[in-house]
Amino acid sequence: MADNRADTRVSMRTPLARVKGLGASGHGVEHWWVHRMTAVSNIPLIISFVIIIAALAASPSYQEAIAIISHPLVAIILILAVISVTNHMRLGMQIVIEDYVHDKGPKIAAVIANNFYAVIVGVACLYAILKVSLGRILA
Amino acid sequence: MAQFTLPKNSKYTEGKTWPKPAGAANLQEFRIYRWNPDDGANPRIDTYYVDRDDCGPMVLDALLWIKNNVDSTLVFRRSCREGICGSCAMNIMGGNTLACTLGIDDCAAGSIKIYPLPHMPVLKDLVPDLTSFFAQHASIEPWLQTETAEPETEWRQTPEERSKLDGLYECILCACCTTSCPSYWWNGDRFLGPAALLQAYRWLIDSRDENTGERLNNLHDPFRLYRCHTIMNCANTCPKGLNPAKAIAEVKKMMIARVV
Repeated sequence: MADNRADTRVSMRTPLARVKGLGASGHGVEHWWVHRMTAVSNIPLIISFVIIIAALAASPSYQEAIAIISHPLVAIILILAVISVTNHMRLGMQIVIEDYVHDKGPKIAAVIANNFYAVIVGVACLYAILKVSLGRILA
Repeated sequence: MAQFTLPKNSKYTEGKTWPKPAGAANLQEFRIYRWNPDDGANPRIDTYYVDRDDCGPMVLDALLWIKNNVDSTLVFRRSCREGICGSCAMNIMGGNTLACTLGIDDCAAGSIKIYPLPHMPVLKDLVPDLTSFFAQHASIEPWLQTETAEPETEWRQTPEERSKLDGLYECILCACCTTSCPSYWWNGDRFLGPAALLQAYRWLIDSRDENTGERLNNLHDPFRLYRCHTIMNCANTCPKGLNPAKAIAEVKKMMIARVV
């Protein structure tokens, strides 16, 4: 018998009590809304990102490539793209984890790892962009 | 993790092939899921042959024909035989639908395969345990809730307000949509599922109801509502032609409307 009930132990709880569980958490709308907003902001930012990468690949020298990233507009677009994309990735991945990982321990661990991963990737990218684009000014 | 394969005791085996009716010229083969909680055996797929010249046009007619003429132990739910009670919902040729409103000819198959609704505990043969499904429907409190003193006669609505309930009130709670939803398969204990959410929206959009905010509060949860990823299996499979996915999207819009 395929049984998708989370808790199959014998219990005298009513079906309604099981379904109501711990009640509605009062969360979810912000997750959903920010996920949609970052989806929208990703469109122009990723297009710009691809154009910038193409320009970097086509630049004749290393110095020229650094000059491109040092341009304030380029650096700001890259920073915005990193913030938008890593946030979108974090929110989306959390949904996937909640969908498919049901055991309490692995689920908490996966959600924590997902948050750590997104922050680490984001901060590393931001550091790299700032280092390159501010490098000439600070040097 | 989500179940991607059947548990060991749910894997089905080849069952019995029942004798063809004597002297029948127009035969239709049926392959039907059988499981008996009392014999301790795994589920099996039995093969039946129905005499089309002696049987009505619908899949439910064939099931009744089998029960009357071949195998009286075949268990399934049925009542109205006209698509209004929702009892005979089952998985026919890979899709959830009502056996009473699906024609045998419409299956257009040499062998018509019939299983119980997917991913629910099976009680016997084609009968799933829908206890949790109905409790989820009860949890959205599907009745009119008001605080204003009751009027002498009825609560009134304009024709436009009433028209918003079209496409919602027709739901017969057959559970075809909810049991076709992968999100419900993986998180059926916490996600309310398309049928309950369509009914939740039916009361959210009812102009007479005075409890809209509390109803939204009750749905505001990453699992109860937001497990819906607009997969659309619900709208595809609904034997009444309703669109639960759209109703859920409208609920999400109402959630946004009170934030933004």
